[in-house]
Amino acid sequence: MKRKVLSVMLASAMLATMFAGCGSDAADDAGTSTPAADAADAGDAAASTEAGDAAAPAASGEGQVYYLNFKPEQNDAWQALAATYTEQTGVPVTVITAADGTYEQTLKSEIAKTEAPTLFQVNGPVGLANWKDYCMDLSGSELYSHLTSDDYALKNDAGEVSGIAYVIETYGIIYNKKILNDYCTLENAVISSPEDINNFETLKAVADDIQARLDEMNDTFGYELKGAFTSAGMDGSSDWRFKTHLANLPIYYEYKDKGIDSTDAIEGTYLDNYKQVWDMYITDSTCEPGLLSSKTGDEAEAEFGMEEAVFYQNGTWEYGNLTNDDNGYLVTAEDMGMMPIYIGVEGEENQGLCTGSENYWCVNSQASAEDQQATLDFLNWVITSDEGRDSMANVMGFTTPFDTFADGYTADNVFIQADAANTAAGKYSVTWNFSTIPSETWKDGVGSALLEYAQGTGDWDAVVSAFVDGWATEYAATH
Amino acid sequence: MEKSIKKYFPIFALPTMVAFTLGFIVPFIMGIYLSFCEFTTITDAKFVGLKNYIRIFSDSTFTHALWFTALFTVVSVLAINVLAFAIAMLLTKGIRGTNAFRTVFFMPNLIGGIVLGYIWQILLNGILEHFGKTLTYSASYGFWGLVILMCWQQIGYMMIIYISGIQNIPGELIEAAKIDGATAPQVLRYVTIPMVMPSITICTFLTLTNSFKLFDQNLALTAGEPSNNSQMLALNIFETFYSRTGWEGAGQAKAVIFFIIVAVIAVAQNRITRSKEVQQ
Repeated sequence: MKRKVLSVMLASAMLATMFAGCGSDAADDAGTSTPAADAADAGDAAASTEAGDAAAPAASGEGQVYYLNFKPEQNDAWQALAATYTEQTGVPVTVITAADGTYEQTLKSEIAKTEAPTLFQVNGPVGLANWKDYCMDLSGSELYSHLTSDDYALKNDAGEVSGIAYVIETYGIIYNKKILNDYCTLENAVISSPEDINNFETLKAVADDIQARLDEMNDTFGYELKGAFTSAGMDGSSDWRFKTHLANLPIYYEYKDKGIDSTDAIEGTYLDNYKQVWDMYITDSTCEPGLLSSKTGDEAEAEFGMEEAVFYQNGTWEYGNLTNDDNGYLVTAEDMGMMPIYIGVEGEENQGLCTGSENYWCVNSQASAEDQQATLDFLNWVITSDEGRDSMANVMGFTTPFDTFADGYTADNVFIQADAANTAAGKYSVTWNFSTIPSETWKDGVGSALLEYAQGTGDWDAVVSAFVDGWATEYAATH
Repeated sequence: MEKSIKKYFPIFALPTMVAFTLGFIVPFIMGIYLSFCEFTTITDAKFVGLKNYIRIFSDSTFTHALWFTALFTVVSVLAINVLAFAIAMLLTKGIRGTNAFRTVFFMPNLIGGIVLGYIWQILLNGILEHFGKTLTYSASYGFWGLVILMCWQQIGYMMIIYISGIQNIPGELIEAAKIDGATAPQVLRYVTIPMVMPSITICTFLTLTNSFKLFDQNLALTAGEPSNNSQMLALNIFETFYSRTGWEGAGQAKAVIFFIIVAVIAVAQNRITRSKEVQQ
């Protein structure tokens, strides 16, 4: 009898561990749990969401919101915003953030569930192609009516509004005004003020000259400069700056010449320009070309922050990191400016920064009607209420394409101001065409070829082939 | 005893069976089905027949990854087993500090693959930096980097298995061989190795399948760079699944083929080494 009891106990202990195992799995892994379970896991903000749910049981029957957020750096802000909304309306809002670089993976598994995200995002036409069956038509929504320009709406083949951009971002060459001004005081300096740089030729002349006179500058001004440009790292955390963002310029000019906005076969008419910029990045640099493959985005950021380099290709999103006191960088907000990425085309004196969006909100068309309505109401609240606008503009630091932000909700970010100044001066901004790149595989191919060219194990023809032939192959493979 | 085992069999085996079914059999069957489908999410898959399998053959990275993996497996299985066996022989001779050595050699095995990958990336890049190069300079650097990493991680584990095998050889067998005039190499060849054959079976099986299925170390050390030239099969499958729209099914089909290859090799290896085992 004793033995029997013992074995039953053992067996039930085993069962218990098994279920405990399943249970903790569900809480840990965003891949298998309900939003509610994740909310409990996601910290105070989401926990108070649950409390709100309990306080207003009637409201929760009217639908709920589940937002799968793309930007990890804005997770806390979204959680706080969700909690505020729940407090005010009683509608439960769950925000889950996918880990950096795993959004597609997370979305794929989340959306297959019963409690699927009601709100998610795609990165442009190519992303939309993958998720078109899950994007409801937003053309009748209030959100869409607040868009300042139709350019910020993502439309599917049928012309329906499938996605709406919620943040406009800008990139270019971030430079250190203080060092560049000091450089201008040197004897025989190529330029007399940073504003003189308005085409590739001048930019290259300045970069070459700074690179050649590093010791002179360090001695004269007491800097610890190591190169004109920060390292063009080809580690996964940095290579997108070149295989995607820099590659956008030759694509942009080719589209512009042809008057198209996407293509099934790129010709690569501006690849020589691409080459000369890349050559400049890897020669006038803090880093030997052979070491590029392991240089990370953080290293490039630190080099710029610690005043070891003058130029740094990146975007508005870097502002927070560069000015964050915790990082201990020497560079200050007043020292920083952003200039266009000149690649040496005719008339580029008039070129502005690269401005666009690759973050489009989509509402899940397969969610219940109540949830869809709740989601639209939530989004509308985000872009019209004081709390929402304050959070988006000041906490998240977004420039948004909505007309509701016009009265005083603009981000305090020198790069965004640089972009506004360029636009005010009548310069044309370069649109983001990299969202028409056929696949990630294309980017990887170009990135690898760039790296091999840089370290001398491959030649430029391989880049051309990855760019042109790769485009055709990838387009065919994905269509 | 026999009877009560039978009686309580369901109570003890059922939880495991349920877990095995949910965690392995169901996903496995679903996976095979999905390899014949086109899908964005696994819940709305559309049957497309053999299209995914045909696509694999138009993808040159797959065959490259296959050969790279095969070569890596051969080199690392040989290196790991020979070195592990040699160390096991040394550490059964009763030299001072045997236990400390065993512990130290075993420890790398306790560290996860991703962490190891990054640690070794830093170490190897630190050395290569003197030559103005990095691990991803060419695929052969990545290849040998992976071999070194895997040796470092696996030798200790295999060593423990070999040690237990060697310690299980009855002392009188070796003594008898010596009295019969066998030299040390002869003892090794005709007594020790045949007697540890069960350990060799286990060790080659483990190293073979581990090397073939290697993923985390590959991802952390080189991530397939340069130009996918140091990409192994598992990483290739992962990349296929996520980096092209509409290619999820092709990734799944590759995974099915991958399973068949690993299963065939593992079963064949098991047969071959098993047949060499001797009964004590």
